[in-house]
Amino acid sequence: MTAVSQAMGVSHEIGLSVRGATKVYPGTLALSEVDFDVHLGAINVLVGENGAGKSTLMKVIAGVEQLTSGEIFVDGKAVTFADTRAAAQHGIGIIFQELNLFPNMTVAENIFIAREKTRGRIDIDTDRQRKAAAELMQRLEHDISPDALVGELRIGEQQIVEIAKALAQDARILIMDEPTSALSAAEVEILFRVIADLKKRGVGIVYISHRLEELIRIGDYITVLRDGRITGSRGMGGVDVGWIVRNMIGAASKDFAKTEIHDLGPEVFRAEEICLPGKSGGLTVDHVSLTLRAGEIVGIYGLMGAGRSEFFECIMAQHPHSTGTFYVDGAVLNEPDVATRIARGLALIPEDRKAEGLVQIMAIRENMSLSSLKSFTSGFHLNLKRERNAVLSFVRDLAIKIASPENPVSSLSGGNQQKVVIAKALMTHPKVLLMDEPSRGIDVGAKAEVFRTMRRLAAEGLGILFVTSDLEEVMSLSDRIIVMSNGRITGEFSQAEAREEQIVAASAEGHAPMGREGIDKGESRT
Amino acid sequence: MTSNAAAVPTPGQGGQPLLLLLLKLRTFIALIAVFTFFAFAAPNFLSTANFVIMSKHVALNAFLAIGMTFVIITGGIDLSVGSIVGLCGMVAGWLILNGIDLGIGYTLYFNIFEIILITLLVGILFGAINGLLITKLNVAPFIATLGTLYVARGLALLSSDGATFPNLSGNPEYGSTGFYLLGAGSVLGIPISIWILIAVGCGAAYLAGCTPLGRHIYAVGGNERAAALSGVKVNRVKLFVYMFSGFCAAIVGLVISSQLVAAHPATGETFELNAIAAAVLGGTSMSGGRGRIAGTIIGAFVIGILSDGLVMMGVSSFWQTVIKGLVIIAAVVVDQAQQRLQARVALQQQAALGR
Repeated sequence: MTAVSQAMGVSHEIGLSVRGATKVYPGTLALSEVDFDVHLGAINVLVGENGAGKSTLMKVIAGVEQLTSGEIFVDGKAVTFADTRAAAQHGIGIIFQELNLFPNMTVAENIFIAREKTRGRIDIDTDRQRKAAAELMQRLEHDISPDALVGELRIGEQQIVEIAKALAQDARILIMDEPTSALSAAEVEILFRVIADLKKRGVGIVYISHRLEELIRIGDYITVLRDGRITGSRGMGGVDVGWIVRNMIGAASKDFAKTEIHDLGPEVFRAEEICLPGKSGGLTVDHVSLTLRAGEIVGIYGLMGAGRSEFFECIMAQHPHSTGTFYVDGAVLNEPDVATRIARGLALIPEDRKAEGLVQIMAIRENMSLSSLKSFTSGFHLNLKRERNAVLSFVRDLAIKIASPENPVSSLSGGNQQKVVIAKALMTHPKVLLMDEPSRGIDVGAKAEVFRTMRRLAAEGLGILFVTSDLEEVMSLSDRIIVMSNGRITGEFSQAEAREEQIVAASAEGHAPMGREGIDKGESRT
Repeated sequence: MTSNAAAVPTPGQGGQPLLLLLLKLRTFIALIAVFTFFAFAAPNFLSTANFVIMSKHVALNAFLAIGMTFVIITGGIDLSVGSIVGLCGMVAGWLILNGIDLGIGYTLYFNIFEIILITLLVGILFGAINGLLITKLNVAPFIATLGTLYVARGLALLSSDGATFPNLSGNPEYGSTGFYLLGAGSVLGIPISIWILIAVGCGAAYLAGCTPLGRHIYAVGGNERAAALSGVKVNRVKLFVYMFSGFCAAIVGLVISSQLVAAHPATGETFELNAIAAAVLGGTSMSGGRGRIAGTIIGAFVIGILSDGLVMMGVSSFWQTVIKGLVIIAAVVVDQAQQRLQARVALQQQAALGR
């Protein structure tokens, strides 16, 4: 329905524009000279791979982060947003990718958080809030009670509450960061109807998604970001998936290491029929079976929520209620905890470096040796000199740039932090390396070094299983590609036969979360 | 381009490393300042007798603070130590006076070493209960140890109906004499309790710095999830720190009842707060992951000397309390400044590498 109303001839008024936006994080250039316009009464699609800078750009617009240089104009006037409140006063609302809800509060309380409807600024007018919340729910065609506790709602319903929260602000510019990633097909249709309605009211919508078909269907303008730069910006007329993919990945390929030709060894790792029940029924990991040979790099591609990280967590014994069998070197892996599984030759490089990979306040040395302290210990005694020497040799091997191994790991840039995590895994002398999004949040140069390291390790006979949402990465690094969607393996390709379109298609297969079959793929529209 | 800390200059910021050093040594500087102040202000402060008395006072708090430091480094808190002090004193007193009535006409009496061992085990047992509540039953440390605080205190009061076990000189027939030595005896002119403190302090510092367990304690407090994914057995580490804290409390229970040659069930009330104060004063971060045993011991000395010195100056105990509170707050404020400065220096060193 929306596709028809794109009306390319009509020019939409520009409500907000960003000029020359540059944002530098310690060690990373997240945005570089970005120009971006938000057209009112239109859907402005923003697309790019993970780490391309989409979220950073949106955080800048919403006042969460401040630009290093560059300007933001609202209705032609230069503005600076010190915080989200300042942005909200200019009519900018944002729906974050991660849900920012309070599980112990009711739906109505969540919707009006920090903007409570009050009598005389003190007493919260619960009735008015509840009524307004009910109206919003009606507009979103959901019968979620305003008094329900948010923690008891399904993820999809929580997303609806998040959207209602943004609607309640009467935003003139509404940013939606992957709003559909947790919604079922039916809920997506409702969301699109709401978006069409907002559009008619003249709201400018910024829409971020990884589902390219979805973008083409609803978008009016498209902007493609790659490595912090704009690589394409135009009206939606004539845009197809091929054009988007070309601009996302670019002609000038990243610096991927050349394949080092080497023979693959025997099978080192096998998973059989791994299942993990999900929180809201169904299976998060659904009968996953795969094998890995020594010296082989297998890439697991999929969208967010495909169950890839959960599968890795199953391997590292993080989910005691998962079922299925793992084999390392042909022998069953029945060790019950992480320490013993590390001893069997498994090592995990987690997706979230900050929360799961590193102890930020500890020294670089202490972080690197954390998994392998046993090898420096005799009896009770930890041989600090031997530890330090081992750490320094890994620092040299991986070319980690550090001032001193005694500095806290938080002083390093993302790329060097990632290398510390890799070093920590390698210091346990693993046979199988599990890498969850190894290139997330690190700059291009560091990425290339991480990729080279992966190649070298594989050539040395390590089996590497890595997860990525980056199409180019999976295509050029893997000896074999496995695609996951909704917890299942939906495709397996050798490097020679893999085609981008096939992989994208497999990663979107059966996209109807929450187990609502029958209406998937959203084909049934008029 | 790899590590060489000394060779990395911090351009244009020559004053900062000195300031940082001063901030790092702040507890020590505070100790010297307090010491110097009372050396002039309080009469008899510098006498040997006074040092012996003061160090005995300090030791009690220092034991608890050492155990508390490990607990706080893992991100927890142990409120039950004061009550365990009281209970362990009562256990020792009971065993010396009454033995264990086996109920078949016999009463089992232990010699003094067995009594000390059993008392220590009681302390460790209470620590283990804390640890199990926190790890297995997922009770928040504050609540779990608050519960055992009441339980242990209640048991201590029940054991004697609130009365004191007097005259714990023991019975030579059972080999239970000599209990008083623990609190009153001295070797080479230094009280035995101080020797024990030196042993426990060195042991704890070694544990923290040079054993995998010590490293794991810091890792659990710094980022529990990352530690678990790195193969650290988080529950075991937590269990250990609470057991160690209980062990330290049992030592204090023994030392106090030995000093008094009597066990009173209300002994050790609010000791836990002094222990927390000493740990925090010594640079232990309440959010976990950071702290040093040496710092904690110095912190205990600052608090101890401060209160004893004020007593000797004749300052009212009400004012003492106010001053102690102010010192603790000041310590944490300075600590925050140090953290910020330290982070900046590390970033500058990193920036000097040109990424």
